[in-house]
Amino acid sequence: MSNDIRIKKGLDIKLKGEAEKTSEKAIVSNFYTLRPEDFHGVIPKLISKVGTKIKAGETVFFDKSNEAVKFVSPVSGEVLEISRGEKRKILAIKIQADKEQAYLDHGKFDVDTANSEAIKSHLLATGCWPFVKQRPYDVIANPDKAPKAIFISGYASAPLAADLDFTLQGKEAELQAAVTALGKLTEGKVHVSVGKNGNSPLAGLTGVSLHKVSGPHPSGNVGTQINKIDPINKGEIVWTVNPQDLVIIGELLLTGKFNAERIVALVGSSVEKPRYFVTKIGSEVATMIYDKGIVKDSNDRIISGNVLSGKQVKPDGHLDYFSNVISIIPEGDDYEFFGWNKPVFNKISTSRALTFSWLNPKKAYSLNTNTNGEHRAFVTTGTYEEVFPLDIYPMQILKACMYKDLDEMEALGMYEVAPEDFALTEFVCVSKQPHQKIIREGLDLMLKEIG
Amino acid sequence: MGLKEKLHNFKVKNKDKKWLPAFSAIHTFLYLPNETTHNGTHIKAADDLKRTMNTVIMAMIPCLIFGMFNAGYQHNLQVGEAQAVAGSFFSSEFWTMANFMIGFWKILPLVIVSYGVGLGIEFIFAIIKGHEVEEGYLVTGMLVPLIVPVDIPLWMLAVAVVFGVVIGKEVFGGTGMNILNPALTIRAFLFFAYPTWMSGDKVWVEGAVERTNEILAGANLDAISGETILGSLAQGKEAGYGVMDMFLGFIPGSVGETSTLLILLGGLFLIFAKIGSWRIMLSSALGAIVMGLIFNQVVDSGWITESSKFYGLMSTTWWHHLLIGGFAFGTVFMATDPVTASQTNKGKWIYGFLIGFISILIRVFNPAYPEGVMLAILLMNVFAPTIDHYVVQGNVKQRMKRLKAKTA
Repeated sequence: MSNDIRIKKGLDIKLKGEAEKTSEKAIVSNFYTLRPEDFHGVIPKLISKVGTKIKAGETVFFDKSNEAVKFVSPVSGEVLEISRGEKRKILAIKIQADKEQAYLDHGKFDVDTANSEAIKSHLLATGCWPFVKQRPYDVIANPDKAPKAIFISGYASAPLAADLDFTLQGKEAELQAAVTALGKLTEGKVHVSVGKNGNSPLAGLTGVSLHKVSGPHPSGNVGTQINKIDPINKGEIVWTVNPQDLVIIGELLLTGKFNAERIVALVGSSVEKPRYFVTKIGSEVATMIYDKGIVKDSNDRIISGNVLSGKQVKPDGHLDYFSNVISIIPEGDDYEFFGWNKPVFNKISTSRALTFSWLNPKKAYSLNTNTNGEHRAFVTTGTYEEVFPLDIYPMQILKACMYKDLDEMEALGMYEVAPEDFALTEFVCVSKQPHQKIIREGLDLMLKEIG
Repeated sequence: MGLKEKLHNFKVKNKDKKWLPAFSAIHTFLYLPNETTHNGTHIKAADDLKRTMNTVIMAMIPCLIFGMFNAGYQHNLQVGEAQAVAGSFFSSEFWTMANFMIGFWKILPLVIVSYGVGLGIEFIFAIIKGHEVEEGYLVTGMLVPLIVPVDIPLWMLAVAVVFGVVIGKEVFGGTGMNILNPALTIRAFLFFAYPTWMSGDKVWVEGAVERTNEILAGANLDAISGETILGSLAQGKEAGYGVMDMFLGFIPGSVGETSTLLILLGGLFLIFAKIGSWRIMLSSALGAIVMGLIFNQVVDSGWITESSKFYGLMSTTWWHHLLIGGFAFGTVFMATDPVTASQTNKGKWIYGFLIGFISILIRVFNPAYPEGVMLAILLMNVFAPTIDHYVVQGNVKQRMKRLKAKTA
């Protein structure tokens, strides 16, 4: 069954530095890092201590509020350092990798005969569970509650996103195994979406409801697809999984090994030769960014993730748990003479207020990190709606989050959204308001108060 | 060391000072700040509030310049130093240096007082409250001189600006928080506090008040008078001007409101730039047309006779209403203020339509004050949040329905 989803409202931000479709092995990273902040809302309870020897796939910590949810090491090695912040909050767990990798073997798992309880406990035990996220609240799924459906977006529309048709090539068996397993965890359907004109390995999967997506970003956002296919109502839960993580789940089911390998795109206008790397979750970005990438100490922003929702990392930082792209763009920490009123040709804008990106919608830009203006109160109206395809009033829900009115947030559709759904409205915001942060804080408040 | 570095060092050195927002306001006018993104999107679109506001000001500049020529022209026409122009926009009788200089020296002080007083208050509030100076007043400051009679005394304007900015905006929390359009609050204050300076047939032409006083003092001079078309019609007189004059703007009125042609061009520019809401502009015009047609129908049906005091404006051909008075200016530049207008797209249609509809209604039924658009916009400013509330509730209800359909 194939249903088309066509999005009209949105904006494709075309940037320079798209990855060439060649992949090479990244230099093997010596150190790997797990950062609990990648798993929003999780309070880690450590099992390993400094000096503990662990295998790839062995538990490093678990979620204090739900001990079944385990987080495992991407490599075998020794826990080198546990860095802590204020109130002894765990910031990062650094693991020194062994030269010879040893995997914890969970054994082959027969997906076809297993029942849902067995699958669930297997995914929990092997550390695959954190790949399953839930909405509402955009956090790691609560294994005790069954979802009404599972959504997988195989279409990446974000600026400079890794092409999933390319990175998933040849992984059909893993994807099928993972999807079959997940399908048993829900009464409803597993919705898989692919690009309309693409050639995705996901299109051949069985046991799923396939959707073909077209239109500008955020058509590839899973939130957009949920809203168009089967919106979340109060009391309902859906799960979402990134396709690149399905590969890891699938491989674990098929071979018994937790293989944290991932194909990552190195992109951005600062990168000399943008292309794909085969690396592992948590590896040092330094193993990739200096190889025909950027020069040392250049004034660039390194982002683990895409330029709209990714996290800034330092040159000695690490790839985060969920991203399959590293974006590098120039910093914009310079003044611009009369920048607020002179005609603008080198930046993107949805208006035509002496901004000329509308003349040439196909042109790729090299944008920097300048905010192009200062933070202001909400003033203009109607600009968000142009890039926001969900059936929700964006400005009203943002304001509801700011004045913390839980009833209003609920009524306006807070259960359906995740911060990344507000990335485009944040990008175009004339008042430079931090939309994603506002939504994240709103979701956290609801999670705390309503649960 | 260039200016850029000097200003940057100055800013860094004084970053704890209370008066820094005042410096920053000027600094950010010279240079787009060096601020970078931190959380959320790492890149941002090119537009900021300054650019948005500046675009609106650019759209008003033609009206301002035309207003200067027209102020001089109306004066010279009355004292017999200029010939009446007929029909052509580029008439050499109109675009003369003599006309311009009279208007320039009369209107420039209005602009200076409006910006000086208004921005002064903004600066003070920014320093007291410790936030950056927001750009809202940039547009208000340009609107104000365009919507007052040319002869308004500067001190009155200053008092009105203080009232409008403090009571109309700052008490609500500043830019983005106000209920009423600040520029119209200023005009409404002037109108109710100093009605003799805001209506009648003596204020619309430069020098008319002065001349009247001279005559009262016993000087043997011809009186200067210039009634607006609305004023004439409200008193049951002939309009006294051709349709083309109304459209092009060779008529008495507030400084910037007379040229429907230039306002229309400004409006089209704002729509093209995606700064002004076409929904509001279009629906306002529709609302006015509907009301105009209704009144024309009333007259046609003979329900009202020439003896009625409403006859003059009721019998005005429906589409003339769009050309006369402040309707066009109010619709394009004031009704579209995003802060005080409806914020939802559906709401904008209702809001705009009612502004047009009520403008003409007030025009006709309030002959003492035939300029309805100001009050119509202020009234709808008050109702805009209510309109939005019901539009948003529509969305909420759909969501509830979906839930019910599921659980049923």
